[in-house]
Amino acid sequence: MVPITTLHYLVVAAALFMLGVIGVLTRRNVVIVLMSIELILNAVNLNLVAFSRLWGLHGQIFAIFVITDAAAEAAVGLGILIAFFRNKETVNIDEVDLLKW
Amino acid sequence: MTPVATPFFFYFLAALTLLSAILVITRKNAVHSALALILGLLAQAGLYLMLYAPFVAGVQIILYAGGIMVLFLFVIMLVNLERSQKEEQFNRQKVAGTLAAIALGGLFVAVFIRGKALFPASSNQIAEGSNTQQVGELLYGQYMFAFEIASLLLLVAIIGAVVMAKKRI
Repeated sequence: MVPITTLHYLVVAAALFMLGVIGVLTRRNVVIVLMSIELILNAVNLNLVAFSRLWGLHGQIFAIFVITDAAAEAAVGLGILIAFFRNKETVNIDEVDLLKW
Repeated sequence: MTPVATPFFFYFLAALTLLSAILVITRKNAVHSALALILGLLAQAGLYLMLYAPFVAGVQIILYAGGIMVLFLFVIMLVNLERSQKEEQFNRQKVAGTLAAIALGGLFVAVFIRGKALFPASSNQIAEGSNTQQVGELLYGQYMFAFEIASLLLLVAIIGAVVMAKKRI
């Protein structure tokens, strides 16, 4: 079997990123859209850690900062979702059109 | 020492990650999506371990699978998702969105094929025994300012979440 190189990890991360983008673009449920955003952030993290094996530990530090960002984003996004659900009794993202002109 | 990063484990964990990602974006029930996402996050922590990054793997398990996913499950319990389960799960732009994402994937593949030489196959081995120590030294040394800003970001996120989820301010 071929040894596992950095490129293998990059391909996995690219596929994960693609699945996350498909989820963001096609799903209607806001909770699942937020989960797809987590998938995208995870793909970025996998890239950063894969590169950190080649070029030092800075990639891992950035991965930790990305995880921090994901936590903040999830908290704010779910807070918005609860506020929205209280007003309109729906979690479908195409019914979120209050700001649409 | 003999490397633990055998090809079998890589393919197993990668397949688990991608399979659970597919389950996340296709399941009707949001709780099933969340559980699939937890499985994928744990598999990805295994991939981090194979990349000699035990600290990031631990943070991934504790923060993502332990913290953020509990937040997601709480919100799924709080909002009533039963009505939306009976509705159409995908929006009108699903074909165009999928095609755009596949075009993005094709772009990635083109970049990887053309830039193959940029990614050297041999990796300089990082001592995984002192990984946590080195990460800590970087985090509290070179990245001190960014670390403090991250704490400020978390504070703002906490206040924002509380303000938005509150009934009456």
